[in-house]
Amino acid sequence: MSVAGFINIGERTNVTGSAAFKKLILAGDYEAALAVARQQVENGAQIIDVNMDEGMLDSEQAMVTFLNLIASEPDISRVPIMIDSSKWSVIEAGLKCVQGKAIVNSISLKEGEAPFLEQARRIRRYGAATVVMAFDEKGQAETAERKFAICKRSYDLLTKIVGFPAEDVIFDPNIFAVATGIEEHNNFCLEFFEAARLIRENLPYAHVSGGLSNVSFSFRGNEPVRRAMHSVFLYHAIPAGMDMGIVNAGQLDVYDEIPTELRERVEDVILNRRPDATDRLLEIAEQFRGAGARKQEADLSWREAPVNQRLTHALVNGLNAWIEEDTEEARQQASRPLEVIEGPLMDGMNVVGDLFGAGKMFLPQVVKSARVMKQAVAYLLPYIEAEKDEGARAKGKVLLATVKGDVHDIGKNIVGVVLQCNNFEVLDLGVMVPAARILDTAKAEAVDIIGLSGLITPSLEEMSQVAREMTRQGFEVPLLIGGATTSRVHTAVKIAPNYHGPTVHVLDASRAVGVASTLISETNRETFVATLAGEYQEIRDKRAGSSKEDRLVSLDDARANRYPADWTAHRPERPSFLGTRVFDAYDLAELVQYIDWTPFFRTWELAGNYPRILEDPVVGESATQLFADARAMLQRIVGERWLTARAVIGFWPANAVGDDVELYADEPRREVLGTVHFLRQQVAKRDGRSDMCLADFVAPKESGVADWLGGFAITAGIGIDAHLKVFEARHDDYNAIMLKALADRLAEAFAERMHQRVRAEFWGYSPGESFSNEDLIKERYRGIRPAPGYPACPDHTEKPALFRLLDATDKAGISLTESMAMLPTASVSGYYLSHPEAQYFGVGRIGRDQVADYARRKGESVAFVERWLASNLAYDPD
Amino acid sequence: MNRQERLEALEKAARERILVIDGAFGTMIQGYRLDEEAYRGERFKDWPKDVKGNNDLINLTQPRIIREIHEAYLEAGADIVETNTFSSTTIAQADYGMEALAAEMNREGARLAREAADAWTARTPDRPRWVAGAIGPTNRTASLSPDVNRPGFRNVSFDELRAAYAEATRALIEGGVDLILLETIFDTLNAKAALFAVDEVFGELDLRLPVMISGTITDASGRTLSGQTTEAFWYALRHAKPFSIGLNCALGPAQMRQHIADLSRVADTRVSAYPNAGLPNEMGEYDETPAMMRDHLREWAQSGLLNVVGGCCGTTPAHIRAIAEAVEGVPPRPVPELDHRLRLSGLEPFVAAV
Repeated sequence: MSVAGFINIGERTNVTGSAAFKKLILAGDYEAALAVARQQVENGAQIIDVNMDEGMLDSEQAMVTFLNLIASEPDISRVPIMIDSSKWSVIEAGLKCVQGKAIVNSISLKEGEAPFLEQARRIRRYGAATVVMAFDEKGQAETAERKFAICKRSYDLLTKIVGFPAEDVIFDPNIFAVATGIEEHNNFCLEFFEAARLIRENLPYAHVSGGLSNVSFSFRGNEPVRRAMHSVFLYHAIPAGMDMGIVNAGQLDVYDEIPTELRERVEDVILNRRPDATDRLLEIAEQFRGAGARKQEADLSWREAPVNQRLTHALVNGLNAWIEEDTEEARQQASRPLEVIEGPLMDGMNVVGDLFGAGKMFLPQVVKSARVMKQAVAYLLPYIEAEKDEGARAKGKVLLATVKGDVHDIGKNIVGVVLQCNNFEVLDLGVMVPAARILDTAKAEAVDIIGLSGLITPSLEEMSQVAREMTRQGFEVPLLIGGATTSRVHTAVKIAPNYHGPTVHVLDASRAVGVASTLISETNRETFVATLAGEYQEIRDKRAGSSKEDRLVSLDDARANRYPADWTAHRPERPSFLGTRVFDAYDLAELVQYIDWTPFFRTWELAGNYPRILEDPVVGESATQLFADARAMLQRIVGERWLTARAVIGFWPANAVGDDVELYADEPRREVLGTVHFLRQQVAKRDGRSDMCLADFVAPKESGVADWLGGFAITAGIGIDAHLKVFEARHDDYNAIMLKALADRLAEAFAERMHQRVRAEFWGYSPGESFSNEDLIKERYRGIRPAPGYPACPDHTEKPALFRLLDATDKAGISLTESMAMLPTASVSGYYLSHPEAQYFGVGRIGRDQVADYARRKGESVAFVERWLASNLAYDPD
Repeated sequence: MNRQERLEALEKAARERILVIDGAFGTMIQGYRLDEEAYRGERFKDWPKDVKGNNDLINLTQPRIIREIHEAYLEAGADIVETNTFSSTTIAQADYGMEALAAEMNREGARLAREAADAWTARTPDRPRWVAGAIGPTNRTASLSPDVNRPGFRNVSFDELRAAYAEATRALIEGGVDLILLETIFDTLNAKAALFAVDEVFGELDLRLPVMISGTITDASGRTLSGQTTEAFWYALRHAKPFSIGLNCALGPAQMRQHIADLSRVADTRVSAYPNAGLPNEMGEYDETPAMMRDHLREWAQSGLLNVVGGCCGTTPAHIRAIAEAVEGVPPRPVPELDHRLRLSGLEPFVAAV
């Protein structure tokens, strides 16, 4: 179900819809009533509906009291209010209490045009949007045709006579109960869908909403069936055009997770697919009552079990709703608080660990389990400290750090969580941690294992540095190496020889536990270390034996074999502007559709391509749940502006000079503004294959052809820290990791979108281009956007020059660390090349001759280049 | 020029250049060091309450001073002068027991500014001057409780505010203002009541004047006193289709810039800014010199953030002269068009995805 654009309106603060809320209001317990509102917002309601229509109440007074109280609760009043009443006087009383822009729910043509127009005018004066019911002098509309006719008439009156902005008009084309046993009701949902479609197609900018709970009215008391009906209804209503709804936020089931039999029978009812649909749903409805459409939440029978079993259940299923309550109960039963951790909590985590190890649980679920564990431990901590206890005896103490100059930590955080789940004590020093701090802390805390992480290539050198330092300071503890650019070969060849203790490359989080457990085990450690040392030696021997430089051609020969771009056939187009342009606070909603989801799943160690991964027999269920959580958070990121996206792009007159590209300040191309240095492939190629360099795709100076080069620096990570802090304070790694991963995806999506606009508008060489997102992901367009530090131009130290040209730090708010990592982390930078044959490639290994030549061109020392391009060297530097 | 012609000239001028609004009134009045007796004048010599500090009363007791201050700002290059009516509402005047005089203060304040502006328009016909009828926030808030122990309590209602604002608006229009300026808004609900009243009065009189709205971000939190972000504030008031939206008071240029930049991005109308002359020092004085403000505001203008600019607390005619120089010849911010998305707000903005 696509939910990114769907607006959730919280329904629980409604006396007509919630018996519990009504009871609180009638009892005058506004404190508890506020808690209901707060819980709605916390569960993702983007707007809250407030309704006080109750015969026993002074509704106007209750509306005013409640809205005034909400105004003093910033965590509730941050969202807009929907003032819901069938009485105009109550609506008007409410409008006088809200400072933001609210929504009125609702007005209609029920009493004719005159009061409708008068109310609409007053709503305008109060500055609110409004819901309009499909209701006229003749009554509530039941058929799609009449629903649409009334909405059209209302729309015309509002937009043409009152001057109401169309986007402030929200139609409610009446969701009625189905499966009532009355045959005339069977088609109600289809009528609604059709009306929604007609409204969205014919009444520009207007919205379609509805009160979801009506549809399942016949199944009052059977929550699982009701929720299934809501989910199925939305599954069909959203594509038809329903873009907002009054729902119980936080209680929307994922369509795919409804048990198949129930889903099919519900769908028969909603879509009126067979005459006996109602009977067939009734037949099975009872067996789902209390059994749960979504087992984990709806089936509360586990709450009956003894507390230790409940804790295990909560951990395995990642349920944190009762964790404090259950932990407290366990604490009271235990003789010491520590026993709760060592007993039931660890038992639960062991089950999680076993299931994870057996491939029956996947990373997202494990991280959720860890969240529950952390929350339980956080709850117990004050009691444990009060006892002045030594703390739980962990299996071992692991220090984790992202090395100096690097800011990437998603993978490291996942490893930390997984280790904690397995009873390791984890000291996470965070990102950009200098070697001295790592080693000082390791000593002071007497850690058992040190784990280093990094994502960008300069981090590899920093890891080697840490390894050397460990030797110098006489460390013996195992050193674990992980992160996207690390590899077994690199660890064996470049890091392990620097350290006399065990050095182990860990491929992913799922291996971390096994490796760490073995390394602290007295029985297995020795064999493991010896075997690994043998394997690493073998890797080194193999590499030493195959002299890599043999397969390289000289730089001169490689240049002679350059890519033969034809500059007589192709004339580069001139960009629509020269110099830079800034895009601040770029619309996140526009970027959502450009997200490439496959890498997102990879972050969570779920292998497979999106969208097929959702159907995958092994990880499909886990991926679907993760995807639903991701979409829900994405909706909040977009709707509540958690993140700010900013970009600066630029174009400059440019020509290639050898393997460099000169950028000029102006059109006569006399003043050189800067030079971009590229590297060339040097590996021996088969006939007909070139030794490529990005400069081959820019017109050479001597050709006299005018060409241009573009540059960009893009981020979607501005503002992320405040939200991460909130999650971290709640011990919620799951959402913290989720947010980082989504910010990364948005940055990439932003880069994709900007590149598209560059091709079509700003450089404008492909004005008519139209590709699907899949085509974009597969790069089926003309031109490329290589990034410094990536295979086609692997030198990270070209970034400062690019940043200076773009003024990227000031204009896009992105800074560079000493290792050339970008901050915020969710950032992308690179070049735009327009040549039709421009393509991505990997520079691969380069020889001494090119390193010397490149150092000269850049005006840097050979040692400098060798350090930064260590992973590309075809030789071992002296 | 009649009002119609003046309004047409205003539209035209706003398209062509950044308009300059005048500076602080309170700071100038303080300069006259008036005592209780001077405030009272002949007419209120037996008034039962102290009135010193009731600056709007001076419209009635020392009109010459008000004229002089308007003259000084017009001479310095202000295109728009504000009436000295910030507290001329029945609610704010209640402190002095002068509720019944509020309308007269507005009417007289408008008349004094009108005379001064018209005299300068006659002197520089190529550069006509306009009068903005200033309506302050009152000293009460509709969406905050004055009593921390009773969060649901309010000491003023929407309808009370609406009645007070309606009276002020009527009197300002009678006195001859060209625009209505709601300024120093720290509670958006007060401003909504004011806009409601203004719209009602326009309806009664069957005329429509441009309305300027200027809120106040109270401190480094970047929010109004009632807790809204600038963007949320704008969405709550956008229905009034104002002539301009902007910020004034509380902050100096350095602190205000980012919020003006935010507004500039989201406001599909003109943007105004009249910051204080810096933040008050330990002595409660404002230190920012005319040259400092000129440099700040010139950069804002060149960055395309401004349509209307001036000064608030601590600024003087010298500041306004420097600001007028700073924006001279710099084109005004082009007013962007917003797409048709549903834009709502609580304390924070909410923009529908489609």
